[in-house]
Amino acid sequence: MDGAENGEHSRKMVFVTVGTTCFDALVKTVDSQQVREELSRKGYTDLLIQMGRGSYMPSKVSGEDEPLTVDYFTFSPSIADYLKSASLIISHAGSGSIFETLRLGKPLIVVVNEDLMDNHQSELAEELAERKHLFYARPQTLHQTIQDMSPESLIPYSPGNPMPVVRLMNKFLGFPTD
Amino acid sequence: MEKDNDRRIWCFMLPVLVAIFVIRVLYVLYWTGKPIGSSKTHSLRTLIVLGSGGHTAEMLSIMNVLQNDIYTPRIYVAAATDNMSLKKARVLEESLMHQGENSGRKMIEAAQFIQIYRSREVGQSYITSVGTTLIAMAHALWLTLKIRPQVIICNGPGTCIPLCASAFLFKLLGLGWSHIFYVESIARLKKKFRRAHYVGCLM
Repeated sequence: MDGAENGEHSRKMVFVTVGTTCFDALVKTVDSQQVREELSRKGYTDLLIQMGRGSYMPSKVSGEDEPLTVDYFTFSPSIADYLKSASLIISHAGSGSIFETLRLGKPLIVVVNEDLMDNHQSELAEELAERKHLFYARPQTLHQTIQDMSPESLIPYSPGNPMPVVRLMNKFLGFPTD
Repeated sequence: MEKDNDRRIWCFMLPVLVAIFVIRVLYVLYWTGKPIGSSKTHSLRTLIVLGSGGHTAEMLSIMNVLQNDIYTPRIYVAAATDNMSLKKARVLEESLMHQGENSGRKMIEAAQFIQIYRSREVGQSYITSVGTTLIAMAHALWLTLKIRPQVIICNGPGTCIPLCASAFLFKLLGLGWSHIFYVESIARLKKKFRRAHYVGCLM
C-alpha cells in the first residue's frame, strides 16, 4: 500500500501515539518483549513511540542487525509526518489521532486507556471497530490483536460533512442557509 | 417595634423578589431555545471555545465552512494549558484569509485568540476540580464582560461550561444576549439528547 515492500532494505515503521495525555500502560505494553517480538514477526522493522506526558521511558534499540529498532520522543507540534510514513499506527483513543489516521487510510489499532474517569472515548473506538475501520485493543490484549489482525480486512473511512451543522446555525439565527 | 416592622417588610419583599427572579429565569429560558425569524444585524461577535485534540479538530471543521462575514469578529478561546489548539486555529484563519484574498474579496483581520483557565484537566479528581472551577468561573465572567459575545459555539465541556454559565448569567441580568450552540462530539455515541438536532458527522 505504501510501497514499503520493495527493496531488501525496506523499512516498515510502527508509530505509537498517546497525544497530549499520559498513558504509561500503552507505552509499557508496546515496549514489552511480547509485543516487540510480535511486531517483528509481522515484518515491522521500526518502532517509534510518542509518549506524551508519561513517565515510563521505553528502552531505545538501534542498529542495522536489530529485528526491531525502538525510538521515542515526548511531543511534536504535528504528528502528520509520522503518520504518513508509518505502516501501522497504534494510538490512544483520542478522536483527534483516530480521525487523522483514518483519513490517511492507514491501518490503526486503538488502545483504550482504562484509567480515565469519564471514558466516552472507548465508545467511539468500539463503534469504529465494529464498523471495521480500525482494530480495538486494551493494553493487556495488544499483542493478541497484533497477532490476529489483517490490515487488508479494514474498510476505508469516508469523512463527514460539517455543512448541515452550519446550515442549522444560520437558520436559527435568521440568516440565509446557503 | 422596629424589628417587627423590618421582619414584616422582608416577609413581603422576599416572595416578591423570588417571584421576579423566577419569572426572569423562565423568560430567559423560554427565549433561549427560540430561533430568530430574520436577523436584524449583519454580523455577530462570535466566541469559539476550543477543547483539546479531537474537539478542536471537529470545531475547526465547522469554522472551515462557516460564513466569515456573518460570524465576525471571531474570538477563539482555549485552555491555558493547551498550546496546540490556538495555533491550529491561527493556521486555519490565515488560510481562510488567503482564500479570501485570492477570490478577490477584501478581508480584514477578524480573529482574536485568548487563553482561559481550565476548570478540570483530563484525569483530575472531582475534589480538586472544585477550586479550579471557581478560578475558571471568575476568569470566564471577566472574558464575557470584555468580549460580550452574541454567538458562542462550543463542543467540549471542560472549557466551555464556565463561559456558557457566565453568558447565561449575563442574559439573566439583562447585560447582553447570546446564542449558545453546543455541538456534540462524534465520540459521544450512546447518550442521545432528546432536544438536540442530529444532522450528520463532523469528522
